[in-house]
Amino acid sequence: MKLDLVIRELHRSEGELAHLLLRMSERHKGDHETYHVARDLAGWCHDHVRELAEAGKEHGLDLDPSHDVSVAERLREKAAERLGRRSEPGLLLLADLRQLYLAASEVSLDWEMLAQAAQAAKQRDLLALTQRCHPQTLRQLRWANARLKESAPQALLS
Amino acid sequence: MPYVDRIAEPWGTRTPYGPGEPWPVRVDSFLESGLRAQDVERWVQSATILHSNGDGLDIAVKDGRVVGVRGRAQDRVNHGRLGPKDLYGWQAANAPDRLVRPLVRENGRLVETDWDTAMERVAGRARRLLDEQGPSAIGFYTTGQLFLEEYYTLALIAHGGVGTNHLDGNTRLCTATAAAALKESFGCDGQPGSYTDVDHADVIALYGHNVAETQTVLWSRILDRLAGPNPPALVCVDPRETPVSRAAAVHLANRPGTNVALMNGLLHEILANGWIDERYVRDHVVGFEELEKRVRDFPVEKAARICDVPVDALREAARLIGTARRLLSTVLQGFYQAHQATAAAVQVNNVHLVRGMLGRPGCGVLQMNGQPTAQNTRECGADGDLPGFRNWSNDAHVRDLARVWNVDPMDIPHYAPPTHAMQMLRYAEEGSIRFLYVTGTNPAVSLPELVRIRSILGQERLFLVVQDIFLTETAQLADVVLPAATWAEKTGTFTNADRTVHLSEKAVEPPGEARPDLDIFLDFARRLDLRDKDGAPLVKWGDAEGAFEAWKECSRGRPCDYSGLSYARLRGSGGVQWPCDDEHPDGTERLYADGRFWSDPGHCEDYGRDLVTGAPLSDIEYKALNPDGKAIIKAAEYVPPHEEPDGDFPFWLTTGRTIYHFHTRTKTARAPQLQRAAPEPWVEMSPADAARLGFTEGDLLEVATARGAVRARLRVTSMRDGVIFLPFHYGYWDRPDGAGPGESPGRAANELTITQWDPASKQPVFKTAAARVSLVTASSGAPSQAPTTAASRPVSADVPATAGGADAQAEEVMR
Repeated sequence: MKLDLVIRELHRSEGELAHLLLRMSERHKGDHETYHVARDLAGWCHDHVRELAEAGKEHGLDLDPSHDVSVAERLREKAAERLGRRSEPGLLLLADLRQLYLAASEVSLDWEMLAQAAQAAKQRDLLALTQRCHPQTLRQLRWANARLKESAPQALLS
Repeated sequence: MPYVDRIAEPWGTRTPYGPGEPWPVRVDSFLESGLRAQDVERWVQSATILHSNGDGLDIAVKDGRVVGVRGRAQDRVNHGRLGPKDLYGWQAANAPDRLVRPLVRENGRLVETDWDTAMERVAGRARRLLDEQGPSAIGFYTTGQLFLEEYYTLALIAHGGVGTNHLDGNTRLCTATAAAALKESFGCDGQPGSYTDVDHADVIALYGHNVAETQTVLWSRILDRLAGPNPPALVCVDPRETPVSRAAAVHLANRPGTNVALMNGLLHEILANGWIDERYVRDHVVGFEELEKRVRDFPVEKAARICDVPVDALREAARLIGTARRLLSTVLQGFYQAHQATAAAVQVNNVHLVRGMLGRPGCGVLQMNGQPTAQNTRECGADGDLPGFRNWSNDAHVRDLARVWNVDPMDIPHYAPPTHAMQMLRYAEEGSIRFLYVTGTNPAVSLPELVRIRSILGQERLFLVVQDIFLTETAQLADVVLPAATWAEKTGTFTNADRTVHLSEKAVEPPGEARPDLDIFLDFARRLDLRDKDGAPLVKWGDAEGAFEAWKECSRGRPCDYSGLSYARLRGSGGVQWPCDDEHPDGTERLYADGRFWSDPGHCEDYGRDLVTGAPLSDIEYKALNPDGKAIIKAAEYVPPHEEPDGDFPFWLTTGRTIYHFHTRTKTARAPQLQRAAPEPWVEMSPADAARLGFTEGDLLEVATARGAVRARLRVTSMRDGVIFLPFHYGYWDRPDGAGPGESPGRAANELTITQWDPASKQPVFKTAAARVSLVTASSGAPSQAPTTAASRPVSADVPATAGGADAQAEEVMR
């Protein structure tokens, strides 16, 4: 049984996705829909992290139920922003949405793996967990995709 | 002849009637002082324009001037009645400060010029930007107050000619959620119900809809039912006490921002008690299981806790709604301008779908509008949608529109959803929209967070065109101002919230050089030399009737089919409800009577959106969800509001309207009776909050949020504790500083509101913001000047009642 590996990985990647969403929200405060929706969507990740930490106990894992980005990581982010991001807000938004889409895709694949394995192992609780959480990851994914489609023409043609 | 002061008695005299009986006729009229009906030279047919009700009226003309109005007895909407704004509001068009010549900005100042100079400046700048950047530089922001013919022409120019995706109306602020909710539930826009459902209903549920102030004649109809035998029971959802809540069997004054929680609680109770039409659900609906799952864990106790309403009241509301035999529901800004707007409005549709209450007398949903011609912006595509409820993400629909317009489908932007108003402002803020053409609306007062809006509209790099009838706050920021003709000065049609089409005929000449909006659009298209794919002029008509005939062809076979109508057919009629075609020559009273919807994947206007994220569904997702064209039940999770009261800003701020004013008062403040009835802004607060803070009626208060501050006098009313209310009508045009607050304290409610919108409908949130209140100066005993007649009724008996006086006597004739 290597289910713990997937749970641990999901716990990490959900936390990272939350972080991406919150960073995006902060960075695009002037783009109000992005700002508000990204924060709502980060809330879903936090729920998932909590649930994964709970489920991890069954599999011998001791995971943090409230994912928090370390201070060092935040500082690195700030430095990166100062150095490398000087594009227009529209282009920056596209770059962030692109990154978000890819990160959410990884999380989605992890949920899929976990769901398959949980079903094969007849672990009902774990399967139910994936059925609660994975649809929300797909909604996050669709949001990133839709925002990208909406924003690309104006950012690239003006 | 009985005369009534219709400022003091806005709804006039009762004419009681029972269920299923015809609503009695009462003809209201008001003429210029000293005139009698026999002095009037001509009566010219039209309908009302200072709200969305669409009441038929005749315009009185004498010596080439409008001198009064009279309700049309034979009109299906009002049976002769008019509201206060209709009776007195027409006087505004005769105001001496109408715009009568075009203005252009020279050395920072607006100066008068001729039409050729002004239009060449507008078209010249548009042409240069099209060459330089392309259509993404151009945006159009219109209104809910032009005529159908004008919207259709504008939609063709913007979408088919200029080729921009940036086209919207201020209907985004009033009716976008109505359209979005109808698309989500029925696959297509289009009002299912009819005002005549009031005649039959045994329960009427009003969700965030203070109909007494927004649609006075419809409220008269309800009042007449309440005064007659076997009256309906009302359920009212509103944080304020209003004339509706006072007449209601159950009043739910829920905490702002909790409408979805409230609806989920009601739906839980309805499902748990089995108050559902199983056969209807089985035959006509998809998505029921998802709703069951969603509300299973949402008992009324939980909903009551989140909403902070008594659980028994919520249960009683659910019982009334769940056991009604003929249920009519109406929805307006308390839902549309609130947090989770579309999700909440869709749950009202869901109540009707699970109860199978659609398409029969008394069984209807009315997702209302705020403006007289809002419906037409939606139909004609002036809100950015494709005309005729065509689906922008269905290539066959785009091809069909390209056929009607004789353009290449690639010339019609359909790569993404249309750019909504708030996003257009964002693009202007970023500098990628560089030309904004505003018609008949006043964003410098009506949009949220005015400091931001003024700074965007005032940018040097943005070329701002404003077409209006007065020098509004927005016009004062413009590069070119175009003087427009208004109602009674031009001909056209418009459609109300229950799909009733009226013809409004020209009665008098516009003042000075003012021109109908249609003529200005046609001039703009000519100067841009817009062509179809064969090189012929793109816009093929030169007058209103020509535009209407073209629209008939565009709408043929679509849900909003006008092909059976004509000016001749509408002339003398009492209003006709679309669809009106060969099959339905007299129009259609109720949609979906047969449980069949316009929701087949190949036909639907929209594949729907995620109600929380706003992401559009793809055609593949929609086909999987709804392969057979049924109605769609869409469940929604409650999400807490994004801004909630806290230590610094402990109050909920909501904004709204009063019965005597319309929008930014450009017309109603110029009608003396209306202006006197509500001369200045006020702030409402509950008696408990006022007592706790030591405030009394008439105190001058400052209301502040994170965005700004305004001052207004206190009116203590029986509203929900912890909530304050400001009317949104008051701006700056009638103050010395003109365009904005300048150095003086602000008074426009939108100085305070938050820049945020519903992700699905893109309608801004005006009903939930966190605010604080402080005393500026205590009252010397004088009360605030808020009206006493409606929701702002004072708790104190010492406040003199609002009255119109000698020059507000209107005639009422019962038949």
